[in-house]
Amino acid sequence: MEKIIIDAKGMHYTPLNRQIRQAVAAGIKEIEIKNVLGQRFIANGLRGDVKITIYGIPGGDLCMFMNGPECTVYGDCEHAPGNTMDGGMIIVHGSAGDAVAHSMRGGKVYIRDNIGYRGGIHMKEYESKKPILVIGGSCHAFLGEYMAGGLILVLGIGLQSPINDRGIGSGIHGGEIIIRGNVDDRLLGIGSRKVEFNENDLRRISPLIEDFCSKFNIDPNPLMDTNYTHIVPSSSRPFADKYTWE
Amino acid sequence: MTLGSVPLRYKVSIDRDQCMQCMRCVDNCSYGVYRVEGDNILIDSRKCTACHRCISMCPRDAIILQERPVDYRSHPLWTAQTREDIINQARTGKILLAGMGNALEYPIIFDRLVLDACQVTNPSIDPLREPMELRTYIGKKPARLEFRKNDQGDVELATELAPNLKLETPIMIGHMSYGAISLNTQLSLAKAVKAMGTFMGTGEGGMHKSLHPYQDHTIVQVASGRFGVDIDYLERGAAIEIKIGQGAKPGIGGHLPGEKVCVDVSCTRMIPLGSDAISPAPHHDIYSIEDLAQLVRSLKEATEWKKPVFVKIAAVHNVAAIAAGIARSSADAVVIDGFRGGTGAAPKVFRDNVGIPIEAAIAAVDQKLNDQGIRNEVSIIASGGIRNSADLAKSIALGADAVYIGTAALIALGCRVCGNCYRGLCPWGIATQRQDLVERIDPDIGAKNVANLIHAWTLELSELMGAAGLNSIESLRGNRDRLRGYMLDEGLMKVLNVKPVGA
Repeated sequence: MEKIIIDAKGMHYTPLNRQIRQAVAAGIKEIEIKNVLGQRFIANGLRGDVKITIYGIPGGDLCMFMNGPECTVYGDCEHAPGNTMDGGMIIVHGSAGDAVAHSMRGGKVYIRDNIGYRGGIHMKEYESKKPILVIGGSCHAFLGEYMAGGLILVLGIGLQSPINDRGIGSGIHGGEIIIRGNVDDRLLGIGSRKVEFNENDLRRISPLIEDFCSKFNIDPNPLMDTNYTHIVPSSSRPFADKYTWE
Repeated sequence: MTLGSVPLRYKVSIDRDQCMQCMRCVDNCSYGVYRVEGDNILIDSRKCTACHRCISMCPRDAIILQERPVDYRSHPLWTAQTREDIINQARTGKILLAGMGNALEYPIIFDRLVLDACQVTNPSIDPLREPMELRTYIGKKPARLEFRKNDQGDVELATELAPNLKLETPIMIGHMSYGAISLNTQLSLAKAVKAMGTFMGTGEGGMHKSLHPYQDHTIVQVASGRFGVDIDYLERGAAIEIKIGQGAKPGIGGHLPGEKVCVDVSCTRMIPLGSDAISPAPHHDIYSIEDLAQLVRSLKEATEWKKPVFVKIAAVHNVAAIAAGIARSSADAVVIDGFRGGTGAAPKVFRDNVGIPIEAAIAAVDQKLNDQGIRNEVSIIASGGIRNSADLAKSIALGADAVYIGTAALIALGCRVCGNCYRGLCPWGIATQRQDLVERIDPDIGAKNVANLIHAWTLELSELMGAAGLNSIESLRGNRDRLRGYMLDEGLMKVLNVKPVGA
């Protein structure tokens, strides 16, 4: 048996996750979960190469600590999908709440529409592990705050200015944030700075844009130019100058 | 510069009649106090930190160390330290950082609490003859037990029990991360807790693979930086601890400077070499008590509800109400870290001024949980300035289930509380990543010393309990009637819920 369907109607998250784990242990490669309504922690700490499809609205911490699986959501997400995620992928056909991809250390999170506050906060990378967060629409304040590695891409599809909220990359000391169009200087947080976005950068991120668009049936061509704002850390040691020893 | 230099902190001299020029002082000092010129050992006292490494290695007791050899005009308000801090900040305009715990002379409540003993009316118990039950279980206890009869007519337990940690003695070693301390220090602690049937915290910073053989005796930590945290790490620990705050610096984050992020630390923390490891002040996925419950449950769900989850907070003004919230979050234990808790580095203004003493915090939390009928929902682990078995016994009598020790365990490895942990040059091989210094600790010998300390305190605790006519730790826990306050004010005795001496 390669695929199973779970009806999550009225089900608590613990038995739901138990069913998912049992299925993965039994070698199932595809799990479809229907009637999801607010169940938290789905696929929490899950390993393996399984594909999970969720219909409905999952609760907070979707795929937290997950390493490997691919999870597609047909619906919106609550607080912190991809929290401290290690590897694998989340594809959300909708919007998500605050702290999306919080402290994520590997894998990809694609959100078709918008996210709330503190997206990609404290994402970090190590050697081959580079977490990627792509947002099709817009986001609120403190995007990429304390970011220590990885990439955040905000495409602002269909929007005049993708971000109008402050504190972008405050305390950033690694990684990069790329935002479609122009970002007003006053929206940048302490420790972040803008650098030029050039053809090389576009070449580097165009496979990512194409991949994102292919998941949601969006035409990538209008996004393929250098009209992006590139935000990087002004130092890898943002607080080194704040202290003196006794 | 018009400010000039401040007087020497320490003056080192060598008794030249005693000295046999073995050069051990020169070899052992990592701060560069000693240097050799011709046949002479020259001394630069300004570099001395009073770590005592040279003194302890000198075969002739030839080294003399004097604190503050130069007097300031004495003044009760404008102490030497106050004046020097101002001079430092006038020069730099920066936040003062300092090592080790709170260095202000607050009264020590432990030293104003006295323990009870039996005389005539009820006999004391001889621990040599009678078994003393010190085994402690950390975790949720059921409010009630339900039983059922099975097919054979035997009675069996129907209530599902929450996972607990089983401690052979109510002393654990608190969280000191790899990065803050060396691998050989962590290994010494790990071997010691395994030998003594207790547990140690890994701190925030992952678990080095050398510690894997001891993982069943570790509590893994999830702090705001989430360094080294992945599902593999969570599954290795015997328990998981969410660090919200630390007694030495309540309300602010942590910050491991890039210089301490060497190859091995970088790989254990999973961050690039030489980059600062910044732990934000709050967990950015916890902005409320409901969010805390979500993280507690998320950790339990990820590890299939097999492990106890602790929540560590700094002891602050409203510690009792906060602990009551934590008790309702599905957490299994609350760790309270008092304002004397140690640290490798903290802003001095926080270290010395923010938070409350652990003694008051234990009593307030135990009382609040009892009043609300939820004391069984969480264990209380007390930490921050536990110096000896008396502090341990008093903590338990005030309501703690167990304690974490940190500084005391490091002193067992050589630390002399010089407070220069942040320099990364610890000559004892504790707070350093420099390989030649780290190798000064032999983990087998270090483990023996730490295990000896835990063993000695355990023996003393049994004796204290026996003298009080108690033969199980449960009878001591929260038993404030076996404490009396000596020279404590009425308000504080009310908080501690103890009577004055003579009453």
